[in-house]
Amino acid sequence: MEEKEIRIGVFICHCGTNIGGSVDVPAVVEYAKHLPNVVHAERNLYTCADDGLTAIKNAIKQHKLNRVIVASCTPRTHEPLFRSTCEEAGLNKYLFEFVNIREHCSWVHMKDTEGATEKTKELVRMGVARATLLEPQEEMKIDVEQSAMVIGGGIAGITAAKTLANQGFDVYLVEKEAVLGGMLRNLYRLFPTGEDSLDSLQPSIAAVEGHEKIKVFSSCELKEVKGYIGNFDVTLLREGKEVNFKVGTIIVATGAMEFEPKGHYGYGKYDHVITQMQLEKLLKDGQLKKSDSVVMIQCVGAKGEEVSYCSRICCMVAIKNAMLIKEINPDADIHILHNDIQAYGAEYEELYNKAREMGIRFIKYTPESPPCVTMDGEKLKVEVYNELFGEQFMLGTDLVVLSTPLVQHQGGVEISKLLRVPLGKDKFFFEAHVKLRPVDFATDGIFLCGTAHGPAEVAESVSQALAAASGAGIPLSRGFVQIEAISVKVDLEACIGCGFCVEMCPYQALDMVDGKLEIIEALCKGCGTCVATCPTGALEQRHYQNNQIISQIKSIFHPVIE
Amino acid sequence: MDPKIVAFCCNWCSYAGADLAGVSRMQYPPNVRIIKVMCSGRVEPSFILRAFEVGIDGVLITGCHIGDCHYVSGNLRAEDRVKMAKELMKTLGLEEQRLRLEWISASEGEKFASVIKEFVEDLKSVGPNPLGKGEASCP
Repeated sequence: MEEKEIRIGVFICHCGTNIGGSVDVPAVVEYAKHLPNVVHAERNLYTCADDGLTAIKNAIKQHKLNRVIVASCTPRTHEPLFRSTCEEAGLNKYLFEFVNIREHCSWVHMKDTEGATEKTKELVRMGVARATLLEPQEEMKIDVEQSAMVIGGGIAGITAAKTLANQGFDVYLVEKEAVLGGMLRNLYRLFPTGEDSLDSLQPSIAAVEGHEKIKVFSSCELKEVKGYIGNFDVTLLREGKEVNFKVGTIIVATGAMEFEPKGHYGYGKYDHVITQMQLEKLLKDGQLKKSDSVVMIQCVGAKGEEVSYCSRICCMVAIKNAMLIKEINPDADIHILHNDIQAYGAEYEELYNKAREMGIRFIKYTPESPPCVTMDGEKLKVEVYNELFGEQFMLGTDLVVLSTPLVQHQGGVEISKLLRVPLGKDKFFFEAHVKLRPVDFATDGIFLCGTAHGPAEVAESVSQALAAASGAGIPLSRGFVQIEAISVKVDLEACIGCGFCVEMCPYQALDMVDGKLEIIEALCKGCGTCVATCPTGALEQRHYQNNQIISQIKSIFHPVIE
Repeated sequence: MDPKIVAFCCNWCSYAGADLAGVSRMQYPPNVRIIKVMCSGRVEPSFILRAFEVGIDGVLITGCHIGDCHYVSGNLRAEDRVKMAKELMKTLGLEEQRLRLEWISASEGEKFASVIKEFVEDLKSVGPNPLGKGEASCP
């Protein structure tokens, strides 16, 4: 397969002003033209746009390129696109090299054009060195188990399960509680429509429970998940007994929980200080005592105190519940003490205005001087500094309702470890890309939806569930996946049979048979840990070869011709 | 003195963390060159020594937090190898501060940026790589 002559084409992307604004792109192109083995270099306003991709394909033909380098954004989002462009022009996609000059350069050195330009030249030089040594690879095709597992039986999980099952795939729906429905079971009416939460939940539960393609495992705990896209081996615990099955893809819909505001505003100390979730239950059960005055406090524990983020939905929950109390008792005096109201979108803005028209009062407090809740005889007393009026307000009240953020629960943290998918700074599940891959994990074949991803209302959770089900359905309907060709290979002549590598492998992909190393390629995930331990250099990782990595190191200071 | 750093970032956590630093426009000095590996466990002591040999002032190895490794235990191997490399560095007369191991998750863009800033400052006080810059011949 050895090419006689290496012919590299380099494409430097301006990415509008994202790169072009901080890097002297024309200078980098001029520099790249004189690097060893480079026969063509050009710049594109957007290499990923149609004309950029066409330029790559044309250049491959015109200049007989047998290596292509794109210096632009991150391979985590755009490598598949450029690889397939190369393939379309007849070039093996492993002869493509990505150089990240946006996330790792122009965006982090925005005010240092000189430094960013020098760095870009070096990164391109390193890319050229590596590209020179790249080798074509063939990917292994692996059959996909045509079934999926959905973890979590709330509205997101139910929707995802139903959608996949309706596409004709077998679905295992795993729920830790005895019944399906999740958080929605405990809610009363939903904003903005005011419909009963059970009215929107029950038909979906019935559809899932009666679906011939869905197996519901309630009161079940996930014990172990092994394998990879197309072939996950799942072990559940049901009443202490193990249940095993195989699935092709996985959707995480494990939800969230309400933050318990212990120690905040007399919660746990005074009986009539409750959370919005407790209020929902009182409303649902018709147990809410006639309250002549209610004070709701927003952002309890949110935006800095206990968690750093804004929980997004609490403002609308408070407005909705305040309106419901007003419906029961039109004379009730209701104050919502907030630190900015989140009423995004036309419908919510309208609801907010309606609440004001109904006489619900909104008082903005500042986080520096938060409200104070005390007991004054039989009544609760709330003191708050009204920022607008610039004076202290005193509110006597029957009930204080605390709006607290949704937070990750321990179960979610455990699932993240079990599946080896990441949690973000806020402890919610972390998607592969905030804009471009919002319901995927970086790990192929695992998807996420609903409040497991962060605070969301029902419509958002359902949209995410539909998206996740669509993503999880793609490999199932295709029937096979191609495994990236980054597995290890051995040069048996150089192998001394020491067996150090066998111990390193977390997947038992290596085995010593009669003193000879055998590699089970389908089990190798391409971490390369075994390669790093080989004392004789007999092991090599495809696409991350020793000589490729060393060539990058060596060319940091000046071009290296191998 | 303007130290030069090479950083080995694992595909799953740290490379994504470096991406997030970019997406969040966190500014750090342009001294670092990232080399992507699938796992921090792929980094051999010879890569580290090779980097010092060509005159790199500091080597940073980054991986998923312990317990979060995409490949189960690769980061534990990285930890062992860094210890081993530090021993070898001692024999070569290289300061151990030149080699740094950090766990950076995909959501820790801020940590990536601050590690780079810190490392650059540390290396400035350690001084240039005594093996010289870009002059060593490496077969």
